[in-house]
Amino acid sequence: MNKRKLIDKISSNWMLACLVFFIILPLGIGAGLVLKSSGLLQNHTIYNLVFSSTWEPSEGNFGFWSFILSSLWVTVIGILISIPLCLLAGIYLTQFAPKWILSFMRPVIDILAGIPSVVYGVWGVLVIVPLVGDVIAPYFDNESMGYSILAGAIVLAVMSIPYILNMLLEVFRQIPVELGEASLSLGATKWETIKHIFLRKGATGIFSAYGLGFSKALGETIAVLMVVGNVVQEPTSVFDAGYPLPALIANNYGEMMSIPSYDSALMFAALLLFVIILAINVFFRYIIHKSELI
Amino acid sequence: MNLRRKAEEEFFKYFSALVTLLIVFVLAHILWTILSKGLGTISWEILSQEPKGGFYLGKGGGILNAIVGSLYLAIGATIIAFIVSLPVALFLNVYLIRYPKLLSTSRFFLDVLWGIPSIVYGAFAFAIMMNFHIKNSLGAGIVTVSCLIAPIMIRAMDEVLKTIPIGLQEAAYALGSTKTETAYKIYFKQALPGFATAILLAFGRGIGDAASVLFTAGYTDHIPRNLGDPTATLPLAIFFQLGSPVQEVQNRAYAAAVILMFIVLCVSLSARVFSRKK
Repeated sequence: MNKRKLIDKISSNWMLACLVFFIILPLGIGAGLVLKSSGLLQNHTIYNLVFSSTWEPSEGNFGFWSFILSSLWVTVIGILISIPLCLLAGIYLTQFAPKWILSFMRPVIDILAGIPSVVYGVWGVLVIVPLVGDVIAPYFDNESMGYSILAGAIVLAVMSIPYILNMLLEVFRQIPVELGEASLSLGATKWETIKHIFLRKGATGIFSAYGLGFSKALGETIAVLMVVGNVVQEPTSVFDAGYPLPALIANNYGEMMSIPSYDSALMFAALLLFVIILAINVFFRYIIHKSELI
Repeated sequence: MNLRRKAEEEFFKYFSALVTLLIVFVLAHILWTILSKGLGTISWEILSQEPKGGFYLGKGGGILNAIVGSLYLAIGATIIAFIVSLPVALFLNVYLIRYPKLLSTSRFFLDVLWGIPSIVYGAFAFAIMMNFHIKNSLGAGIVTVSCLIAPIMIRAMDEVLKTIPIGLQEAAYALGSTKTETAYKIYFKQALPGFATAILLAFGRGIGDAASVLFTAGYTDHIPRNLGDPTATLPLAIFFQLGSPVQEVQNRAYAAAVILMFIVLCVSLSARVFSRKK
């Protein structure tokens, strides 16, 4: 009997320790990144680092504005592309489609979600980059190599579809059937019911799905890095090359030792990314958890 | 019936169907592009040999180093992630189930952890490695990737455990079992098929991730012999070889992409089989 109690005690503490580890892991990551980027923060103000776009690592000038701007361009345009696609597909699958289409689409979404980001990158290089460079840019009287903000955004849009669509399906599934039936019995068409009842009822969930999709896309590295061009500049059009934050970190880790305080600059970039994504996640997760408790 | 209302309904019905079809088309297009580019280059040599001299100029050899490296890395990371994820998921559902507030707070934190991108894990792990002078190695890669996939595993396990009725727990206590015994003998057994899905999901994510291993696992032409050796991985093999100007090397990147896709597809399809059995 005593032995069983002892095992129970040890195992309970181990379980608790594991949980505590994962709960403080984000704090640990944040603290570690702050510590590592402190070298940079001593000589520069945060305001200067974030809003200056002078990037001369060998001169000691680290301005992250053009990277932040690139990240925002790529991600915002990517999400803008996937908003209507996901919403319409979500509506079709839960409201109009026969059951077999939904059960056919589930593995399709799973596979899309499972494709490694580097494979999306290969597809982007082979298909999207030429599409942007040879078709879309000339159509708008622009010259572009194809490696551009728009190419990155299209790849991101495709990558975020399974992630967002899965959440939307969940949102639509949770809307009570009676609401729809009440609306239909009052003479509304199916589409009017969707437009006025379901979209309004699910607004919080839909909003959160896109918010989380945005934060997921913001941190995406390899696929974007491969198609976005990686030129340090403030982008002025979608056909310009960009250089998002994750790409900056991934591209330069090799040479960070040779230039003074370059390593803490890259850690600061990781910190920026971490803080932004954490804030977005906390905000939308909080909304979701609140709405689930009601 | 108002004609305009009817027309609007019809329009959106077909338009949304078209969008759904577009998503299927995009998936098919991705698969077709990768297969048509890479399938031709796949040969026994690619699958079974390490890179030889002049490999990166288009001479002989294969990518066995990356295939084996990726498998080592993903299997190692999945095992470690399982060891720490299982207690967390069980703790949530056996211990915290009586404290709804604490439970939902814990789930909230775990969900937030889920959103942290892999590049941040990679950068953080690299910072730690610099501090303690640890070199790029298989071991460091395994630990980093396990941190990345553990939240995914916990969440998937939690989803399964959530569905177990609390009466089962009460029955176990009534028969005199301790909480640990209830967790590992009753809940674990009950949720086993779902756990298989969770493990496969995490494995698939781990083997495909590039940003976290870029800093931590390094890259080498040899199969790692112990945890201290650096290791090549498939995603990085694709990434590096695609950047080469030599056509043969690029083709091998496509072949590597086909192999990686094949592994991931097998994993995700078998995950589906397990989740259906439940």
